[in-house]
Amino acid sequence: MATLKQPTALKQPSVLPGFGLTFGFTTFFLCAVVLIPLAALVLMTASMTWHDFVKVVFSARALGSYRLSFGASFLAATINLVFGFIIAWTLVRYEFPGRKAIDALIDMPFALPTAVSGIALTTVFAENGWIGQYLVVWGIKVAYTWIGVTVALTLIGLPFAVRSVQPALLEVQRDLEDAAETLGAGRFYIFRRIILPTVLPALLTGFTLAFARAVGEYGSVIFIAGNLPLKTEITPLLIVIRLEEFDYKGAAALGFVMLVISFAFLLMINLLQAWGRKRLTSRVR
Amino acid sequence: MAGIPGTAHEDIASRPGGDTIFSHVIRWLFISASLLFLAALLFAPLATVFVMAFEKGFRAYIASFTDPDTAAAIRLTLTVALIVVPLNTVFGLAASWACAKFEFRGKSFLITLIDLPLAISPVISGMVYVLLFGLHGWFGAWLQDHDISIIFALPGIMLATMFVTFPYVARELIPLMQQLGNDEEEAAMTLGAGGWITFFRVTLPKVRWGLVYGVILCNARAMGEFGAVSVVSGHIRGLTNTMPLHIEILYNEYNFVGAFAVASLLTLLAVVTLVVKTLVERTGYRRR
Repeated sequence: MATLKQPTALKQPSVLPGFGLTFGFTTFFLCAVVLIPLAALVLMTASMTWHDFVKVVFSARALGSYRLSFGASFLAATINLVFGFIIAWTLVRYEFPGRKAIDALIDMPFALPTAVSGIALTTVFAENGWIGQYLVVWGIKVAYTWIGVTVALTLIGLPFAVRSVQPALLEVQRDLEDAAETLGAGRFYIFRRIILPTVLPALLTGFTLAFARAVGEYGSVIFIAGNLPLKTEITPLLIVIRLEEFDYKGAAALGFVMLVISFAFLLMINLLQAWGRKRLTSRVR
Repeated sequence: MAGIPGTAHEDIASRPGGDTIFSHVIRWLFISASLLFLAALLFAPLATVFVMAFEKGFRAYIASFTDPDTAAAIRLTLTVALIVVPLNTVFGLAASWACAKFEFRGKSFLITLIDLPLAISPVISGMVYVLLFGLHGWFGAWLQDHDISIIFALPGIMLATMFVTFPYVARELIPLMQQLGNDEEEAAMTLGAGGWITFFRVTLPKVRWGLVYGVILCNARAMGEFGAVSVVSGHIRGLTNTMPLHIEILYNEYNFVGAFAVASLLTLLAVVTLVVKTLVERTGYRRR
């Protein structure tokens, strides 16, 4: 018999109307725009034989593209980990002219279309560019090499790193730092024992977000990468090339691999954020 | 998150050991490292866009917009944004009403699914539609028989853009509505207001800044999307080239003034987006 509590009901009762309409519209739209198209990708991959799948996914060209995509993304996320912390620290702890403007500009790579950052970075880092001309004297070629790919991916990931660390740095209890200092703790000791533990989950979240974004990035990279197979060809570009050859299955298989990896990251980000929240609440108590 | 109040500005000298030479050196090192890093990676490219656009003078800059293909690209981008942003806004409002006002099973799973497109490479976002509607896709033959073109035409560009910008409004509104609670809405209902009146007169004013925030981010992404649109567009000049795709073509033809002129428009759009975002944050609304 139905009780008032309805413990098995899908939805708890509410005075507010519109659940059926909004929930129905949401799920319909979600299915039409996102889920059914994604299912097409999975189905297309599933229609391949195991042998073909392995041949596409582990071809020398695909392996080369993974190495560049994941290697450069990892390097870029690591650079963002370091500079994300430095920039967030500078914005949170120091007062200097233009601080607010710079704080606002941190989101620029997020708002700027990737094609624009792609051609602009290539121009700056080309051998005759503003920065490239000085680097080439030292024998460092940035544009059209893996270094260029890393530079582009660093720019793309920067807002994620800074914006993850900034709120965590605000949570650091200054009283604790002051107390530690009066008790004779050195700067490095304070950093290691008070600051780092508080911001560590945020740092890792920022790293993972920047990495996840970088792995899938396309627009800003293809201009600055040389796009040579095995050397400077990222995985998303290889997918585009397969599609242009009308090799839908090959493209779907590569896309499937990237999709699985993206989901792994999504899971990791959620776990890291849950860990961060838990640490924060346990510290407050 | 601009302008976090009450940080930085506490009197440093009052903190123990805060006034040593060492602390000044560290402070100087941190600020210069940050500025140098941002100058090389962010400010130099931004300045380049405008320097390159005006390299051959103001007249050449203006003349590049009279090119019919460039004008067509700008029109197409505006058309796509005009269709996609309202659709995703309606979706965002519906999704946030369903997720924030009611408790139901599988809610967090639904929210994860809504956020899904953010975790997916733009190239894959475009590819899924090619696999569905492309010539060799699931429905390719049927569409060709009925003379309907989706891929390499406006509907494909629209769908790919919709996929990429799908979560922006919803993920801004869901946490905001959850935080603001249902008390006012419930009061309005008990006082006899209908569902729609409650929504338009109570809920919408409550969440307006979050809505503005989500819509401008959605719009910036819709107008600037490159990867997903590139896959479905077919790059037909004057027909299926959006502004970012047109930049690529002009750049590859060494028409740098033309490419950077279009790029300068998109850069200005990004600047406007950030300004609106900062103004919204001034009202006290803060992104979670």
